[in-house]
Amino acid sequence: MIGQEITFWIVAPLMVLGALGLLFFRKAVYAALSMAFVMVNLAVLYASLNAMFLTFVQIIVYTGAIMMLFLFVLMLVGVDTPDSMVETLKGQKFAAWVAGIGMLGLIVFGIGGALAGGPNVGLDEANAAHGGNVESLAALIFGRYVFAFELTSALLITAAVGAMVLGQHARTRPKPTQRDLAANRMREYAEAGAHPGALPNSGVLAQHNSIATPALLPDGTVSEASVSNTLAERGSIVDSVALSRATAAVFDQIEAGKAEEDDQ
Amino acid sequence: MITLESLAPVAASGMFSYAWLMIAVPAAVAAILLLFGRILDRIGHWFAVAAVVFSFSIAVCLFSQQLLSPPDARAVAVPLFEWITTGSWQVSAGLLIDQLSILFALLVTGVGSLIHIYSVGYMAHDERRRRFFAYLNLFIAAMLTLVLADNYLVLFVGWEGVGLASYLLIGFWQHKPSAAAAGTKAFVMNRVGDLGLTMAIMTMLALFGSSAFTAVNAAAPHLDPFWATTIGLLLLLGACGKSAQVPLQAWLLDAMEGPTPVSALIHAATMVTAGVYLVVRSHAIFEMSSAASTAVVVVGCVTLLAGAWIGTSKDDIKKVLAGSTMSQIGYMMLAAGLGPVGYAFAIFHLLTHGFFKANMFLGAGSVMHAMDDDVNMRHYGGLWKVTRITFWTFAMGYLAIIGFPGFAGYFSKDHIIEAAFEVSTLAGVTALIGAGITAFYMTRLMVMTFLGEKRWREHVHPHESPKLMTVPLIILAFFSVIGGALMNAWIQDWLEPATGAHVQETSLVPGPIGWSTMLVVAAGIALAWWIFGMRPVPAVSPASANPFTVAGRNDLFGDAVNNAVVVQPTLALSRGLVANDDRIIDAGADGLASVFTGLSTQTRRLQTGQVRAYALTMMIGVLLVGAVMILTQLG
Amino acid sequence: MSPDNYLYLAATLFTIGTIGVMIRRNALVAFMSVELMLNAANLAMVAFALARGGLDGQVATFFVMVVAAAEVVVGLSIIITIYRTRRSTSVDAANLLKL
Repeated sequence: MIGQEITFWIVAPLMVLGALGLLFFRKAVYAALSMAFVMVNLAVLYASLNAMFLTFVQIIVYTGAIMMLFLFVLMLVGVDTPDSMVETLKGQKFAAWVAGIGMLGLIVFGIGGALAGGPNVGLDEANAAHGGNVESLAALIFGRYVFAFELTSALLITAAVGAMVLGQHARTRPKPTQRDLAANRMREYAEAGAHPGALPNSGVLAQHNSIATPALLPDGTVSEASVSNTLAERGSIVDSVALSRATAAVFDQIEAGKAEEDDQ
Repeated sequence: MITLESLAPVAASGMFSYAWLMIAVPAAVAAILLLFGRILDRIGHWFAVAAVVFSFSIAVCLFSQQLLSPPDARAVAVPLFEWITTGSWQVSAGLLIDQLSILFALLVTGVGSLIHIYSVGYMAHDERRRRFFAYLNLFIAAMLTLVLADNYLVLFVGWEGVGLASYLLIGFWQHKPSAAAAGTKAFVMNRVGDLGLTMAIMTMLALFGSSAFTAVNAAAPHLDPFWATTIGLLLLLGACGKSAQVPLQAWLLDAMEGPTPVSALIHAATMVTAGVYLVVRSHAIFEMSSAASTAVVVVGCVTLLAGAWIGTSKDDIKKVLAGSTMSQIGYMMLAAGLGPVGYAFAIFHLLTHGFFKANMFLGAGSVMHAMDDDVNMRHYGGLWKVTRITFWTFAMGYLAIIGFPGFAGYFSKDHIIEAAFEVSTLAGVTALIGAGITAFYMTRLMVMTFLGEKRWREHVHPHESPKLMTVPLIILAFFSVIGGALMNAWIQDWLEPATGAHVQETSLVPGPIGWSTMLVVAAGIALAWWIFGMRPVPAVSPASANPFTVAGRNDLFGDAVNNAVVVQPTLALSRGLVANDDRIIDAGADGLASVFTGLSTQTRRLQTGQVRAYALTMMIGVLLVGAVMILTQLG
Repeated sequence: MSPDNYLYLAATLFTIGTIGVMIRRNALVAFMSVELMLNAANLAMVAFALARGGLDGQVATFFVMVVAAAEVVVGLSIIITIYRTRRSTSVDAANLLKL
């Protein structure tokens, strides 16, 4: 029993601190982590309370599945901006604290006071009935509470279907077909003069063939459409005019050499 | 005193069991004429005439049967069918053919037949003639139901039936707005009277458990005076509505918008006398209440003067006759209100009046026919040369109504005046004055229409009417002359069992009252001759500041009185109710609504839409509930 | 050892969870606060199971975990859906309950 008390007095303050973290952390991620911390500690308390099955369920289902689901959703909706702690409802925070402390008083004074000092039987006998905690729980769940257990299956199925329904996008317009896309392209060409066909490839030159190399038009100018906009904005385009200039110089040399040979 | 209705009538046998055909045949013909449509346009009216003549012949047969029977076997009950049966309560429909109702049946069918024949000529050019005859037959059927019924409920069916026929026929020329309005007016004002009759019948049913005449008459002598007065006054209200007595007189003058045969049949000879029939039929009740019978006398006196007054001032020939009708029915009412003394005379005058007034209305129709439907007497004059038959028949009617010795009205009216003097000097004097005024306005009518210079409009070429119209006139004129003398000695005996009246001495030699009546009548004639016969009649009625003339021309302000007494207060009441609805009820509801709107607007601020605020509210609620639970457990 | 201390710890954690729901505007953090409340309740049940000598409290805790897993799946899907339309996970932004 002394081990149980020591465990409690170590774990309980940590749990309260973790729970208070839920109130005071401005970033939701921190709140979620402190919540996970509380739940792990709760699992420890379950263990000290002779509830080994629940300890594992608490860790696997609650901490492992549910809290991770929370974190996943947090990631989905964005974690960058910390919540503002400035209260928008007038007097809400003060009234909430007063009501909360009143609630605590009510529970401790009314309910806790009424139950305090009862007998403390312990679970040894109950666990021993079927050879262990898990076996005894199983006997209860599949015995006396089997109907409730079956009902939970319906609940879980319903929840899964509900989550799917809620998570689905409803298509607001019909999916465009090839024909629609083609018609769109031609319409844009007619109205705005947009190029209807495929864009030109990037340039393939003597010294470069990366996608950052713009293609050259027959008159020697650069075709802007041949490189991605993103690369263009970053300024990481190879200067194709300079490239063409080098080529032109080589051609010039070759021409000059040829002319001399002809002269000779 | 044993009245007929208190004796059990003899069960119907032989001819009497077919009495219902009198009603059924005209009703069936009316239905046929209305249902079969244009197929019958060309000959339908002859069916109608045949139906009425058929009814008349049945009535004559029944009458002769009665004449041959001993007096106590003359009243015959003809049960027809069980009408209403609910639980222990049942009303049977049946006919009662007694001395009173057979006279009415004869009058209705006899005069009705003549007027039907006359109408064939009069309505010859009307494209809706078939419909007209259907309505006339409907009227005959309804009127016979009214007078032949053996209880008040069946009487009420006939009562409403004649009201409907009257409405349809007054508004027959519905394309004229005035005719449509007149029909509506007659209908609405009759409703007031019908309400009284309905309430009277319901009271009878409540008190006696039956509305049969025999049951009512048997129970009436034991009636509480208060209830007797109530029922009597309600019946009088019904009679006033139907017979155009003051205060429900205003519709009759407007009813002249209908075709003239209608005025003759319905609004002179038969329907408007239904009120008199009702009072005489209910004599057992009126005898139990002096207040009710006095009211009848008062109504009769007021109406006979009012009608005569209106008759003196109108230029419209039909309206003069309408005022005269009101006045003569006033005489009948007066007689009916006098008690057993007057019942027989009321019916006597009713019959003679039926003859001579129908005669004069038809004569007026003939004149209008001659004058292109002009009704203004100031456009007539000198017609006696052109329309000789009409003139002579009209003259017979004229002499009858003013009470020229030997003519029909002489007997009937003088008896009423004498009876009135017996009961009350005031009523007698009123009746006497009325006789003088009657002579005055009838002489005025005669002079302006038939004598004097021609004041015809241009393009009017008077001509005598066809035989179809003049033959009925001649027959009616014949009865206008001899009707009085024929029935004078006989009618009281005949009606005695039905009315319970004791027989009075009625000599042909006038007594002092008779002489003074003749004097007054002569004065009236002389005055009228002096005013209208001696000097030319202006073509436009002269502007007159004489209040009597102005009042008479305006129907004694009957419409104005109705307007002020009923219409305006009703309008004001409804406006008040609307204002009450708008300003108090609506305002109250709106105010309540705005109070809640304001409250809601305030409480709405609690609803910030912020989930966290809701969470806080919920938490506070949990705290409060928990605190309350803990505190109560501590206590 | 009596379960009292565990119960006080559970009460404290639960209270912190309620306050978190009320004052944190990030829907994910508020949701985590709800999870903290669930965990506090679980702790109380496990402590009671030990004190009363029955395994039913542990079974209940197990079921709570299952339900919490289902709830988290649906809740996070809802948060993602809201984020997709409003580009925000702040619960203050979703104030359509107000007229």
